Amino acid sequence: MDSGDHGVDCSDTIGRIYHFLDGELTEERRQEIQRHLDECPPCVEAYDFEVELRQVVANRCRDYVPPTLIDRVRNALVEEERRRGSDVVPGAG
Amino acid sequence: MADQANFSDVAMEHMPALYTAALRLTRNPADAEDLVQETFLKAYRAFGSFQEGTNLRAWLYKILTNTFINSYRAAKRRPEKADVEDVEDLYLFRRLGELQGGAAGRSAEDEVFDRFTDDEVKAAIESLPEAFRIAVLLADVEGFSYKEIAEITEVPIGTVMSRIHRGRKALQKALLDFAVARGLVGSADAGR
Repeated sequence: MDSGDHGVDCSDTIGRIYHFLDGELTEERRQEIQRHLDECPPCVEAYDFEVELRQVVANRCRDYVPPTLIDRVRNALVEEERRRGSDVVPGAG
Repeated sequence: MADQANFSDVAMEHMPALYTAALRLTRNPADAEDLVQETFLKAYRAFGSFQEGTNLRAWLYKILTNTFINSYRAAKRRPEKADVEDVEDLYLFRRLGELQGGAAGRSAEDEVFDRFTDDEVKAAIESLPEAFRIAVLLADVEGFSYKEIAEITEVPIGTVMSRIHRGRKALQKALLDFAVARGLVGSADAGR
């Protein structure tokens, strides 16, 4: 569709940019925003910035699990299972 | 109904993500480890009531978040800001544009992104007040939908959307403050 009369403007687009980015718009709204982005380089630039920032935040926020924690949790679960097993269901686990 | 004997098989793979979230919430490794262990134990005990085929990851995050709010926060009684300053939409994008004298462009921004350290990004998230931190973490680091976040945190979806939106802007402000403090971008009055 060409630029329709009921198309959205820059301020509508920026106001909904997070919902667009999050995939949380109705299909109709999504298409309106997409149409605006298709023909508005400044809004695309802002949109790309937000996309990239989101990736930076997600990627830079990973921590390695200490191996001792994995062991600790496994042991705690085994212990819990044994405790429960002896309480309730003989032979569980 | 889920079989408790399968719990480890299906739940352990979520530990890295849960540990990351626990670190952002508690802000220290010792508490994060305790929180993760407690989450797994609670989840194990309640696993019988977990509906198989539904979202295990969201269910585990719900237990983690509740445990954090009920135990860790209460235990610490850390006085904390409950709100964030409201800043304009596209805060970081616009400020970087201004600071770089209109020459922002993609490459200048990419350069700033590249120069943030992992510790700075983590610290920026950890600087957010709790409710905003949880919402941003679940949305932007863990990729949950608004609806899932509403279920995990047991607040209405409108509140979730508002927290995510305002939390993201506050995060951008925190990142800009780091960038200015380290001289990654110019101008002394940028942190305003």
